[in-house]
Amino acid sequence: MKARVVVTLKSGVLDPQGKAIEGALKSLGVEGVASVRQGKVFDVELAGADANAAKAQLQAACEKLLANTVIENYQIDL
Amino acid sequence: MKAAVVVFPGSNRESDMARALTQATGRPPAMLWHADHELPAGTDLVVLPGGFSYGDYLRCGAIAGRAAIMDAVRAHAARGGLVLGVCNGFQILCESGLLPGVLMRNANLRFVCRMQHLKVERNDTAFTRQYTKGQTIEVCIAHGEGNYEADDATIERLEGEGLVAFRYCDSAGAVGGESNPNGSRNDIAGIYSDKRNVLGLMPHPENLIDPLVGGTDGRRLFESLASAA
Repeated sequence: MKARVVVTLKSGVLDPQGKAIEGALKSLGVEGVASVRQGKVFDVELAGADANAAKAQLQAACEKLLANTVIENYQIDL
Repeated sequence: MKAAVVVFPGSNRESDMARALTQATGRPPAMLWHADHELPAGTDLVVLPGGFSYGDYLRCGAIAGRAAIMDAVRAHAARGGLVLGVCNGFQILCESGLLPGVLMRNANLRFVCRMQHLKVERNDTAFTRQYTKGQTIEVCIAHGEGNYEADDATIERLEGEGLVAFRYCDSAGAVGGESNPNGSRNDIAGIYSDKRNVLGLMPHPENLIDPLVGGTDGRRLFESLASAA
């Protein structure tokens, strides 16, 4: 089973990398960009086929390692 | 004082740290590998040195913070044992849950490598007793992710309980403004755990222990530790 985990900065947390990318897009003439926030994507392959078990495993993975919940949120897509 | 330095893949300041500890304590520290499971018997102080453990993959200190040896370091800290984390070591302490908050990318996005003045917030801890309260010291910094962030409640608690160890200041001791190199909240350069037996700081006191390389203001931190146990 394949899953995708998306980790993003919580709103309110300063994202200097996103700001720099936003500035670069503007300087490239890409119009209509109001703001950019940078995040991370993890594509995870799971051995089992049970969706509920997979969700629980990925949640544990996020809490233990993939996200720093002080500053980041995560979303699991199965 | 029996000290141990933990070496992770990508640590690079462990020799500097060992030199500073040897100078202050009179004997070389034990060098531990990240895959070790226990500390040498009678260890008083565990040090996590600077560097780029695991290439800063995922987040700075994230993978090192979950290395095998860290369970032993957590147990040591829970017993009241002394733990010092410098630079990447500070990032590892935050990622391992031994200290609150997180070190984010410097606000100006630049890696900063320069001399830096710090204000010593208190001198009644195992790490700072050889300094005076409010003293301005000059050490060096070298980091790209030293921007200390925590939620408002945590910052309030750190301030209220006197857990800020060092703040960035200028040569006259004025805190903040231009002298803050990375955008760190409240100009925080280092913090203590609740019991003040764990200290994490971004600057490198271990590099300022010899007049040959620009100063000796870092030496007293190690002398404080040497006299602590």
